[in-house]
Amino acid sequence: MAELLEVSGITKRFGGLVAVNDVSFSVREKEILSVIGPNGAGKSTLFKLISSFLRPTTGEVRLKGERISGLAPHIAARKGVVRTFQETTIFKNMSVRDNVVIAHHLRSKASLFGFFLGTGAAKADEAAFGQSADEILALLGLSSLANETARNLPHGHLRALGIAIGLATNPSILLLDEPFAGMNHDETMRMVEMVRRLRERGLTILLVEHDMPAVMKISDRIVVLNFGQKIAEGTPSQIQADDKVIEAYLGSEDEAIGL
Amino acid sequence: MTLNRNTRIAAVAAFLAIVFIAVPAAISASGRFDLYYTLTSVALLSIASAGVWLTFYIGRINIGQGAYALAGGYVSAILVMNHGWPFWPTLPVAGLFCAAASVLIGLPILRLRGVYFAMVTLTLTEVARLLALALPVTNGAKGIVSIPLPGALSVFGVTLIPDFATLQNSRLAFYLLAVTVMVVCFAVMYRLVNSRIGRLCQSLQQNEELASSIGVNIAYLRIIAYAVSSFFGGVSGAIFAAISQSIYPSSFTVTDSVNFMLNCFLGGLGYVFGPMLGTLVLYFGWDLLFQTGQFQLLIYSGLMIVLMLVLPNGLLSLSEVGRKKG
Repeated sequence: MAELLEVSGITKRFGGLVAVNDVSFSVREKEILSVIGPNGAGKSTLFKLISSFLRPTTGEVRLKGERISGLAPHIAARKGVVRTFQETTIFKNMSVRDNVVIAHHLRSKASLFGFFLGTGAAKADEAAFGQSADEILALLGLSSLANETARNLPHGHLRALGIAIGLATNPSILLLDEPFAGMNHDETMRMVEMVRRLRERGLTILLVEHDMPAVMKISDRIVVLNFGQKIAEGTPSQIQADDKVIEAYLGSEDEAIGL
Repeated sequence: MTLNRNTRIAAVAAFLAIVFIAVPAAISASGRFDLYYTLTSVALLSIASAGVWLTFYIGRINIGQGAYALAGGYVSAILVMNHGWPFWPTLPVAGLFCAAASVLIGLPILRLRGVYFAMVTLTLTEVARLLALALPVTNGAKGIVSIPLPGALSVFGVTLIPDFATLQNSRLAFYLLAVTVMVVCFAVMYRLVNSRIGRLCQSLQQNEELASSIGVNIAYLRIIAYAVSSFFGGVSGAIFAAISQSIYPSSFTVTDSVNFMLNCFLGGLGYVFGPMLGTLVLYFGWDLLFQTGQFQLLIYSGLMIVLMLVLPNGLLSLSEVGRKKG
């Protein structure tokens, strides 16, 4: 499989703190790659670096060979790298459908001025966005809630809406920030199914996650971070058997804390 | 916003009939010609308030509209007095000058949010006043006075607007001018808000990070909205200068900036026509309370606080209460 996204030697320093230290890996087309690590390992920072919400100190991120790190987030999104958010980050006062319709912004052919004048291109865009939004809502099981105000959605559906918004931008790679956080077992299983369905549609997915069972179930490959450094990379079974990973998660001085 | 097309057209027609026919007819019947001046002021203030409303729409509290109104007034006055321009072309030029200035000012300050943006814009009005005092071209505290009334406006030999100085009733002419500009401004706003641009602005207001993650150029959109807002401020100030035939550093002060914002709050931040209604109610409310003498400000501010507590979404939200019950 071809490599879609390439992270090479990326480092982020905040003052004296090195949050991410010389991390390199690549994401292949149509794979689900997870980044895991203990608290404070630098997962979130790495996530923001890849989605261009942070600028790396050194190193770079390339999509299909084109450098995207250091660009503004909306330009990275235009190139095809789109992120979702950890918390309930949605347009809370819009309807569910409007949330997804507005997220089609990148696909619009008409200019802003065209939308102001209501030109033919603008009307065609609006119609196409509405149709596409309905398809996305159906795919993620949100059709029945389309006209609900987004802020009234239950937790699990909010996460799905976040993904629907990301999908609407038609990304090359979708970055999911802790998609299973705060979910019970059933919700997690539903979300695992949902993410798999996205991949079947040809999407490449990179996710950052805490929930180990879900990560093991869903991932093609896993990258493990600890103290900002990559300590392992491989298939779920390779990772489960990796000494460094076990050490990072359980600590090498088990006896010292009485285990 | 759920009105169907026919109701909307009827509402617009009724509104136009009221402001262009009924109001002038009623005024000439009653002989209260002073009301022209009052209503002209309301129309102009509501244009400036509409600009403030637009910045609210992208999630910014703008208490600096007075600066642009002042700048617009000065631009028009200086062009007429020092450069011999007729009034009419100075109107769009004043607006464009303010829009351009707001792009330069907005580039750094629109990165701020919440109370920080509000504080910076609050000082803008004061900066504008001090500039007007200090710059040679604005003639300091003496201001610019004896500005001639707008002349005739002709296109290809056809006189569209007669020379105001030759009119028997220039107050009516100014009223019609102000109301026409107001109608155009609100029509533009309505169209903006109800097109995709409006929803993009809402997306900014609700979550800028998410908006940028879906590819919205948030910096660009903020600048556009702020420039349109300031354009309205400049146009309104330019007409004010023409009506009062003068402009001083104190023509628009911090109080005016605050009032523009209050007009929006009172009318309703969720409604395009909120600033229009808010300006009307606030202007007449203030005048009515004049009877109460020294208690005017106390009662006024007390009422404002109560209204904001009881009707946080503004006067126009009353229309929805009725609709839900019915």
